[in-house]
Amino acid sequence: MSARRRNLLAGLVAVVALGAGCRQDMHDQPRLKAQARSEFWRDDRAGRPLVEGTIPRGHLREDEFLYTGRQYGQFVNAFPFVIDQKRMERGRDRYNIYCAPCHGATGAGNGMVVQRGYRAAGNFHQDRLRNERLGYFYDVIANGFGAMPDYAAQIGVEDRWAIVAYIRALQLSQHARLEDVPAARRAEAEKALSGAAPAAAGAAH
Amino acid sequence: MAQIFPKSANALAQASIIVAGALAATAGGALYWLQRSPYVTRQHETREQPVPFSHQHHVGGIGVDCRYCHTAVEKSAKAGIPPTKTCMNCHAQIWNDSPTLEPVRQSFRDGKSIAWTKVNDLPDFAYFNHSAHVNKGMGCSTCHGRIDLQPLAWQEHSLQMEWCLECHRNPEKFVRPQDQVFNVAWQAPANQIEVGKELVKKYGLKPRTSCSTCHR
Ligand code: HEC
Ligand code: HEC
Ligand code: HEC
Ligand code: HEC
Ligand code: HEC
Ligand code: HEC
Repeated sequence: MSARRRNLLAGLVAVVALGAGCRQDMHDQPRLKAQARSEFWRDDRAGRPLVEGTIPRGHLREDEFLYTGRQYGQFVNAFPFVIDQKRMERGRDRYNIYCAPCHGATGAGNGMVVQRGYRAAGNFHQDRLRNERLGYFYDVIANGFGAMPDYAAQIGVEDRWAIVAYIRALQLSQHARLEDVPAARRAEAEKALSGAAPAAAGAAH
Repeated sequence: MAQIFPKSANALAQASIIVAGALAATAGGALYWLQRSPYVTRQHETREQPVPFSHQHHVGGIGVDCRYCHTAVEKSAKAGIPPTKTCMNCHAQIWNDSPTLEPVRQSFRDGKSIAWTKVNDLPDFAYFNHSAHVNKGMGCSTCHGRIDLQPLAWQEHSLQMEWCLECHRNPEKFVRPQDQVFNVAWQAPANQIEVGKELVKKYGLKPRTSCSTCHR
């Protein structure tokens, strides 16, 4: 084997060996990834928090109504946007994800977590809450209430309002009368009420 | 001049070619198999976790929705692991003296993150995006299995490129109605392919297989 050949071969072996080494590097690149650990900062987090007081351009929360549920310091009794079918369905989904574990699917306050020993969650069908202003419910979601934690980090502003709309619908549903059903569908409702149980679940939607 | 090789060397040479071929094929097969084996992919293997968090208790037992904890899954690439505050929503009051939960309380007190061990871990040169999948009729359990039956989370599939491509080429085999995405107990109907083809059309699914889709 000539010296040149030998060098070439040694070089090839080295390249292959290096290549094998690189593989792991490409699998685990030295960039910072979401939620990963980084020794560089004292709190060991790769994700950096915003400097306190930072407001991204266009995100100043000027709209008191939308962001606090209040106007001139008083709770509002209206929505900051139109509640249509889509929003209502969004509210139902979000309610079932974030509230139902404690408040139950109908809002009676007896969800699974309460059954496992959590403090009884508020019953939405008591008169005080049925007559409560909408802004109050928004405020409870954003800031918590008594033993209930706040949901500011988990639920966005618009979704909070959608949930409020759904809670109001739940409250109405538990006190609905037959006359409230549109005339065109009353026969359907009567039939459901007369026997079949699933109607109760359907009425909440 | 005496002969160096006896006559039988011819046969030996021929046999050795076949044996070498067979050996190479076996080695190839073994590598093919090893590469896909749970030993390499670490499928169904649980990891040591700082707190033995159980999806079986929380999802199967008390029926908490994935999104209560993995809040980002519908809107971003990452599903995200919940912050300690999310655990404390409930555990400030229930099981609040359980020694198993001490690391959670500790983390809440001193503001240091709980260091969960990553389970599903793609190499950094592959790009994955949850929101692109879960808003298009791809259910959690298709990729993560019955997490409600896992006391500790494990990786359900190989997560190898061929696994991704199997679905990107045939989404109709896996697609489900959008309102079933978070239902871990969903079962494919007997006529999945038929229903699937309808859903693929309805949701306009065109999963790409070009390299730059996942290697960007
Ligand atoms: C971890 C359990 C839990 C969850 C989840 C939860 N709550 Fe509560 N909630 C409670 C408890 C407990 C109370 C009663 C608090 C008290 O009396 O100190 C309560 C009370 C309330 C009240 C009544 C306040 C009053 O004036 O009586 C409202 C309104 C409310 N919750 C709304 C919500 C909404 C909306 C959600 C979903 C975004 C939600 N809750 C999710 C536990 C929970
Ligand atoms: C009560 C909060 C909670 C709920 C609800 C929850 N998870 Fe998790 N999940 C966690 C935590 C904490 C971890 C990190 C610990 C671990 O890996 O087991 C995790 C980890 C995971 C992992 C593995 C992450 C990794 O490292 O690869 C998957 C997959 C997962 N969850 C899927 C789901 C699905 C699907 C659902 C809904 C059916 C769900 N989770 C519901 C809290 C939750
Ligand atoms: C929605 C309420 C809720 C949330 C949020 C929640 N848990 Fe739980 N957790 C429970 C309940 C209820 C139990 C009791 C389980 C049972 O009764 O089956 C429990 C049990 C546990 C246990 C077993 C305790 C023991 O001593 O055996 C651990 C560990 C645990 N949770 C960890 C966590 C972690 C970590 C998080 C945050 C990612 C979390 N939980 C979030 C409700 C919750
Ligand atoms: C198409 C397959 C697929 C679907 C559907 C899917 N996942 Fe994942 N999931 C993955 C892959 C792949 C990873 C690993 C990502 C990585 O390492 O970058 C992952 C990682 C995770 C993680 C770890 C944290 C993170 O964000 O990387 C969690 C938690 C998780 N998934 C939860 C969920 C939940 C909840 C759902 C349903 C809403 C879901 N996944 C649906 C494939 C999927
Ligand atoms: C169960 C089926 C399934 C599996 C498994 C799957 N995908 Fe997908 N993927 C889809 C579908 C469906 C789409 C969306 C197609 C569309 O929107 O037209 C998609 C889209 C994508 C996109 C495009 C996102 C964008 O920004 O446009 C990426 C990237 C991707 N997948 C990566 C992966 C990777 C990486 C894996 C393996 C770890 C994987 N997928 C596994 C079904 C799947
Ligand atoms: C649907 C997503 C997807 C597409 C499309 C895709 N890949 Fe991949 N690829 C992956 C994932 C995920 C891995 C990591 C697999 C693993 O961890 O074993 C991977 C791994 C690889 C690797 C192996 C690297 C190594 O060190 O193991 C190569 C090479 C590769 N891809 C090339 C390609 C080429 C070339 C194409 C286009 C023809 C392509 N990929 C298209 C998802 C994809």
